[in-house]
Amino acid sequence: MTPLPRWVELGLLPLANISLAFLVAGAVVALIGESPVEAMAVMLKGAFVYDGALGYTLYYTTNFMFTGLAVSVAFHAMLFNIGAEGEAAMGGLGAALVCIALDAVLPGLMVIPIAIAGAAAFGAAWAVVPGWLQARRGSHIVITTIMFNFIAAGVLVSLLSGPLMRAGQSSPQTRDFAEAARLPFLHDIARALGFPATATPLNLSFLIALLAAFGVWVLIWRTRWGYALRAVGHSEGAARYAGIPVPRMVVVAMAVSGALAGCMALNEILGAQGRLVLNFTSGYGFTGIAVALMGRNHPVGIFFAALLFGALYQGGAELDFEFQTITREMVVLIQGLIILFSGALALMFVPALARIFRARAQ
Amino acid sequence: MTELWIDALRILDGSLRLATPLILCAMAGLVSERAGVIDIGLEGKMLAAAFAAAAVASLTGSPWAGMAAALGVAVALALLHGFACITHRGEQIISGVAINILASGGTVVAGIALFRQGGQTPPLMAGERFRPIRLPGAEALADIPVLGPLYAELVSGHTLPVYLAVLSVPLIAWLLGRTTFGLRLRATGEMPLAVDSAGLSVAVIRYRAVVIAGLLCGLAGVFLSTAHGAGFVREMSAGKGFIALAAMIFGKWRPWPVFGACLLFGFLETAAARLQGVTLPLIGPAPVELILLLPYIATVVLLAGFFGRAVPPRALGVPYRKER
Repeated sequence: MTPLPRWVELGLLPLANISLAFLVAGAVVALIGESPVEAMAVMLKGAFVYDGALGYTLYYTTNFMFTGLAVSVAFHAMLFNIGAEGEAAMGGLGAALVCIALDAVLPGLMVIPIAIAGAAAFGAAWAVVPGWLQARRGSHIVITTIMFNFIAAGVLVSLLSGPLMRAGQSSPQTRDFAEAARLPFLHDIARALGFPATATPLNLSFLIALLAAFGVWVLIWRTRWGYALRAVGHSEGAARYAGIPVPRMVVVAMAVSGALAGCMALNEILGAQGRLVLNFTSGYGFTGIAVALMGRNHPVGIFFAALLFGALYQGGAELDFEFQTITREMVVLIQGLIILFSGALALMFVPALARIFRARAQ
Repeated sequence: MTELWIDALRILDGSLRLATPLILCAMAGLVSERAGVIDIGLEGKMLAAAFAAAAVASLTGSPWAGMAAALGVAVALALLHGFACITHRGEQIISGVAINILASGGTVVAGIALFRQGGQTPPLMAGERFRPIRLPGAEALADIPVLGPLYAELVSGHTLPVYLAVLSVPLIAWLLGRTTFGLRLRATGEMPLAVDSAGLSVAVIRYRAVVIAGLLCGLAGVFLSTAHGAGFVREMSAGKGFIALAAMIFGKWRPWPVFGACLLFGFLETAAARLQGVTLPLIGPAPVELILLLPYIATVVLLAGFFGRAVPPRALGVPYRKER
């Protein structure tokens, strides 16, 4: 793709892009009149050092892994799924409907797998429609997924302020699920095993996210389907000529992508909250784009990118306490810079680097 | 009868006001996309401009200084989009997403650093905002039946950005449809190779298009924070940039139909606000959420080609690579 040695393309170039994003962010902090080094130290301490900090960091990481994986699967087929936000919201609805319908009838151990399936199925269904419209009717998937985000938000608002609203309450949320129907917190598991642990929202879905990452790796790089998916992404014409049913690939790729995004609800709804609330997706779906870009669409890269964003989110909260003039919104700015430099401007350094390395090769 | 007429005029008046940011952003998107550059960063440019307008108006006391700052900020973001998509042939969608997120975070970061009010600007005084303009004779003519109220309620009494938004439609229609520049711009969006063969620079034409888009989004921002509102509130663009995108598609990338779509979407918003808590005959409580979702649903249905067909410019989203 680029005339660069492999280690430069996969190592140096992404590193240069990320560094530029952080340099600009540092310059903004300096411009505001605070020390970028001090801000970084506060964030690192907030993300890893304080009691329970790591638990919170990994809790955020879980969200970003699901949405990052979701965006990446679609990316492999050259589909921009901007709709992870709406698919995650729908996933939350699916999980909540299962829990509300069944948690009084079935034991928790049976409700949880059905709720997980519900989250994945609702997320997948919400992504399949734009996928089908792109594959069969030629409507641009970016536009339809954006519209679907708004429609999902609207559907959730009307359900949560109407039929699903907790009886005798006026806040837009469902009733609490039965304790047994929730994914257990990891600190509870640790305590049950006899280890002391600080209470954090980190729950079993973190391990499910790791499994999902492994599953995506197998699916994309170790199966016939994954090969076909990447073929569609590299060259649709060649894929069609090789007999790959491109429209069906597009629809299935979006289904997998949507199911992964829907699973973000495992962490928030089945895990941390234990009920369906409004706006629980709070931009994680969009951050998934940054995570996928930074992780170069590979599950290992996505894990580290998700960890970075998890640390930024948790550490960013610490900024609120330590500084008067910089707050956690700084993290949103950093996220924008990362999408800009490692996404839109990803190839900015290629000509310069190519000149350097060609000169050295000669 | 007169009361009904005045009521209808007030609804139209409200629709026009709510449609203003949609019209400006949709025209911006139209110019950019007709030149072949996808612009999903309308929302971000409008939001950043809204902040710049309110912040500078608050610091200097002049809405005009605010407007200059807003246009400057929006054009700077537009140039960033151009730098990524035209110069470096980056992904236009990703660049747009980056601009939206940068604006969302950047406005709050800058707001807290400047004003320390949780990301808002201080409320603007009357002299720091664009006030409604009473057109000459609005009071005197108001008593003339039918036409008098039309002039007084609907035509007169808007702020400057509203009039500029309405003016932008014939202006863009003329620019794209009747000038050499417009012909070249449209050709760049359909078949850049032909433009290149004619000895013109595809990059220069596309840069001009994104700058025009920046200016229009800047005006939309000015409207939000210094004309319609009195100060900047975080996330005050509230998805209007995306509704504008929907209106642009709904109007099939043509100025007058896009204008119509914006008015329609503005009307839906006004209607939803009016119907809040109202019980309709036969239907029951007004489905306000559903009405607010109609623009998005209609756009999806139109794009799917179930009624009519929205065909985007042919070279939309494709970076142009000059042959060597």
